Amino acid sequence: MTKLQTGYIIFAVLTALVLLLTGSISVTIGFVFLFGTPLFFMKPLPAYSTHLNYFNKYIFLLACTFIFVFLITPILIIMPLSFNAEPYFTFTEGMLSFDPAAYSFRWYQDIFFNGMIDPAATGAAWWSDMWNNAQWVRSTRNSFFIAICSTLLATGLGTLAALGLSRAEMPYRAAITSLLISPMIVPLVITATGMFFFYSDVGLAKTYLGVILAHTTLGIPFVIITVTATLSGFDRSLIRAAENLGADGWTTFRKVIMPLILPGMISGALFAFITSFDEVVAVLFIADVEQRTIPRQMFSGIREQISPTILAVATVMVILSIILLGVLELLRRRTERLRGLTPA
Amino acid sequence: MKIKHFLATSALTAGLALAASAQASEITVVSWGGAYTKSQVEAYHKPWVEKTGNKIVSEDYNGGIAEIKAQVEAGNVTWDIVDVELSDAIRACDEGLLETIDHSILPAGADGTPATEDFLEGTLHDCAVANIAWSSVYVFDKTKFDVGPTTIADLFDLEKFPGKRGFRKNPKVTLEFALMADGVPAADVYEVLATPEGIDRAFAKLDTIKDQVVWWEAGAQPPQLLADGEVAMTTAWNGRVFNAIAGEDKPFEIVWDGQIWDLDLWVLPKGSENKEAALDFLVFSTETEQLANQASYIPYGPARKSSNALVGKYYQKDIDMAPHMPTADANLKNAVQNDFEFWADNSDQLNERFNAWLAN
Amino acid sequence: MQDSSTTTPETLVTADGVPLKQKLIQSTRRARLRALLLTLPLVIFIIVSFMIPIGQMLFRSLHNDTASSVVPNFAIAIQDWDEQGLPPEETIKLFVLDLQEARKKREIGKTVGNLATRINYEIPGSRSLFTSSARKLARVTEGPYTEALLDINKKWDDPVLWRSLKRATNDITPYFYLSALDLKYDDEGNIIEADELYQIYVSNFVKTVRLSATITLICLVLAFPVSYLLSTLPLKTSNLLMILVLLPFWTSLLVRTTAWIAILQTEGIINDILVFIGLVGEDGRVQMIYNQTGTIIAMVHILLPFMILPLFSVMKTIPPSYMRAASSMGAKTFTAFRRVYFPLTLPGIAAGTLLVFILAIGYYITPALVGGEDGLLISNLIAYHIQKSLNWSLGAALGTLLLAIVLILYWLYNKIVGIEKLSFG
Repeated sequence: MTKLQTGYIIFAVLTALVLLLTGSISVTIGFVFLFGTPLFFMKPLPAYSTHLNYFNKYIFLLACTFIFVFLITPILIIMPLSFNAEPYFTFTEGMLSFDPAAYSFRWYQDIFFNGMIDPAATGAAWWSDMWNNAQWVRSTRNSFFIAICSTLLATGLGTLAALGLSRAEMPYRAAITSLLISPMIVPLVITATGMFFFYSDVGLAKTYLGVILAHTTLGIPFVIITVTATLSGFDRSLIRAAENLGADGWTTFRKVIMPLILPGMISGALFAFITSFDEVVAVLFIADVEQRTIPRQMFSGIREQISPTILAVATVMVILSIILLGVLELLRRRTERLRGLTPA
Repeated sequence: MKIKHFLATSALTAGLALAASAQASEITVVSWGGAYTKSQVEAYHKPWVEKTGNKIVSEDYNGGIAEIKAQVEAGNVTWDIVDVELSDAIRACDEGLLETIDHSILPAGADGTPATEDFLEGTLHDCAVANIAWSSVYVFDKTKFDVGPTTIADLFDLEKFPGKRGFRKNPKVTLEFALMADGVPAADVYEVLATPEGIDRAFAKLDTIKDQVVWWEAGAQPPQLLADGEVAMTTAWNGRVFNAIAGEDKPFEIVWDGQIWDLDLWVLPKGSENKEAALDFLVFSTETEQLANQASYIPYGPARKSSNALVGKYYQKDIDMAPHMPTADANLKNAVQNDFEFWADNSDQLNERFNAWLAN
Repeated sequence: MQDSSTTTPETLVTADGVPLKQKLIQSTRRARLRALLLTLPLVIFIIVSFMIPIGQMLFRSLHNDTASSVVPNFAIAIQDWDEQGLPPEETIKLFVLDLQEARKKREIGKTVGNLATRINYEIPGSRSLFTSSARKLARVTEGPYTEALLDINKKWDDPVLWRSLKRATNDITPYFYLSALDLKYDDEGNIIEADELYQIYVSNFVKTVRLSATITLICLVLAFPVSYLLSTLPLKTSNLLMILVLLPFWTSLLVRTTAWIAILQTEGIINDILVFIGLVGEDGRVQMIYNQTGTIIAMVHILLPFMILPLFSVMKTIPPSYMRAASSMGAKTFTAFRRVYFPLTLPGIAAGTLLVFILAIGYYITPALVGGEDGLLISNLIAYHIQKSLNWSLGAALGTLLLAIVLILYWLYNKIVGIEKLSFG
């Protein structure tokens, strides 16, 4: 009998014990899932390994399983809860016994209905009412508008600066880089406070422009970091080659530099977008109700009345980020394939 | 032909609108959200919009004058009229953030009483006109007790009435409750609280229940906390609780003993572009009829004496609203009016003490 | 272009007759300028949208000209007062006239109410004294003004009040820093510790730092095995597992905080499970949220990916053969880990801990939502003063102190670890 097989037997005995002691199927399933997963992934260790080595390895994998469960459970748990027919945050009896009546789409409907003047209307009136008055719809529009504007600004300005920073001739590089990265280092609440004072003085507080400028500032470090990283591996002789062949600065940028640093720009832009899309502290300080974004709407929702509508919105957002992650992974694999590297 | 007809109609409509008020405008009315805003929308907003042809954007906020201050100081005022608490109205007025309101533009009551006499004492201020009186009371879940609590002292009596308590995370009202529960007569609460010994006494009383308290911050939370079973009894704003009881059939009961009532007032942030329309809305909404109407949606006492006679039944059910008002005689037996001056003077200091107390 | 002209003989000239050295210097200068110009728009942007606001905040924490702008003439005259007894009649006359003027003008930010608020910070209860006196003073047209003032309210007879007024007329004031450090002026104007029952900020700074350190440590302990596992697995498996790390990372902060409320609340999932398996009774549900425990759990969850990612990227570069080599030379597993593997992961640990700590120390949202009363951090107090109490100067002073702490830590970190070791993967 191998040492691994001993483990399997011990695990089977323990599972039987749990089943006997608690008499509950669901507890046993939970036990098998948590403690069985690491065992499932155990590989035979080198021949000289002792029982203790096996045990240590198991404990290590068990710890990792727990940590992964810790990481992912909160994300998964909200999905079923968002279909709760009751206005509570808990699994009802009906939900646990998979009674269809205990599930409903009402919180998804509420995303649209909340704030509408007449949700019972039909046709064009309903659509225009939904588009203009539904609070979540309005916040979504705001979120996208603000995030897109600030991403464009941050990516544009950031890429330009990164091009300068990566030049060999750049003077005061360290100082300027740390200046440009500083919004990432200073705690958000301080940045937001400072901006609140300044923007109030110059009349930018409570305006879209103010929020966009704030989010641009927060997104810039990401663009700088990713684009300079791409540029550091950049073969500068390509620029000289382009110039030798008679291309002017703009053409060189467009035809040579841009395609090569595009992945860096895209991932920087993505970070800037997410930063803005998920940002709420600056919004809390400098935005008005008119500029409410999704996170801001969720913030007041959580504070005032925890309704499962928030969970419904959260579920939609999680699914969107899963899709986004999937697309990114596909893109990454494609680039690697193009570069002739295959994932091992 | 069609176009001509269309143009004619629009011109006519525009003309009418012009006649109705200086011009059709859109004002932003800011209030506390939930059942309270709903009552205002039904009783004030809808009839005003119908009458003037203007539009109203209704926004919710959580009280305080930070927003008003930021908007006015930045010279970018987007809130045209705001529903604020008395102490905030006074402070904002003192700091020059609000338009002053000439009381002579307020019409006489429906029974002909001049406005200045019709409005309850203390409801008209330089920059603010009250619309309602509301109250902080405490409520309990009837299903949790065989014999329910009846006095303010019971709120602090964990032996007779075990279970978690909900309190607003704010020294205002909380300290008054504590003193009254400790035996200070309602009339002397602020006198006692003005002394260092009084403050110590209030905090000592709070110490006795501190580990059983769940703190709430927004008005919608206490009914929620009770409904979720997080607390057995909680302080709350009487209107919200009434709506949970009458509207949602929750098994809650209000204890009026030791209630602390306060005013909500309309104020106009200085420098709004729609000042005229906002002022018109203010005047309209504080007329006898509108104030009385609002009371059928939520039991907050109208600021005009003449409205009180007109208060009817709850809009959904056959419930007389008058006995549920904070200003009803039966409810005022042991009651305090919030002393805005005391809080204007002491809120900085007491907030610090309260926060320090919470953290330790 | 760097290997410019050191080895080139002087005599060389370019086609248009300019010495090569000069030409090269010229072109280098032009290249430097061009590089600088490229960064210029962003530098200006960051200065305007970020540095100036922060600088202005520093300024605001020290500078408060409320008093000198509400009562400008009095502010000048009071400087000559020797702080004994009451100020002279002439000075008090200016005070009364200034107040009347301010009341008439009602200029935003320069009203009696503003002055009242300012003095009320130092002497609680003086707010209504100022506003009500100013109202009554409107009727006073002639002297003696001191008497008129005392007639309105006897509290004006207190030299402590006038001393505090005199202090407030200095535009540059350390007062808000004193408040932020739980200090105050006593009646004689000496700096003393505030009453113990009113002390809140220093202990909160300590708590914030302690909590951030705890969270950072927990994150490190949790991230280490996971990153190690991810770095040793074949790419395909590790990419799959990486999704479990990246999904929370990409999910909105608010969503994750909401999820933790659903899980941890008394009627929440964990308590339901505990009740279900009989570990606690229906009445014994555990309070896990709206306190420090909830704050720590939710923040660890939110910040964990920031620790895993840099650790992972560093561990990825450590060849597994090092550990094998150590073992083959007789080192026990633990020794090999301690002496060989662990030191190699230090840059990742350094980056992760710095990142997590800085993020944690300025955290606002999660403590505000799940912190309850004892989970509130310094940033929540800053927000409180900016948004609720409107004591902006105190908020700015607290913010500046927090910024100072972060910068000191950053500097220490740079000294000990070296910022160039930072690697964000």
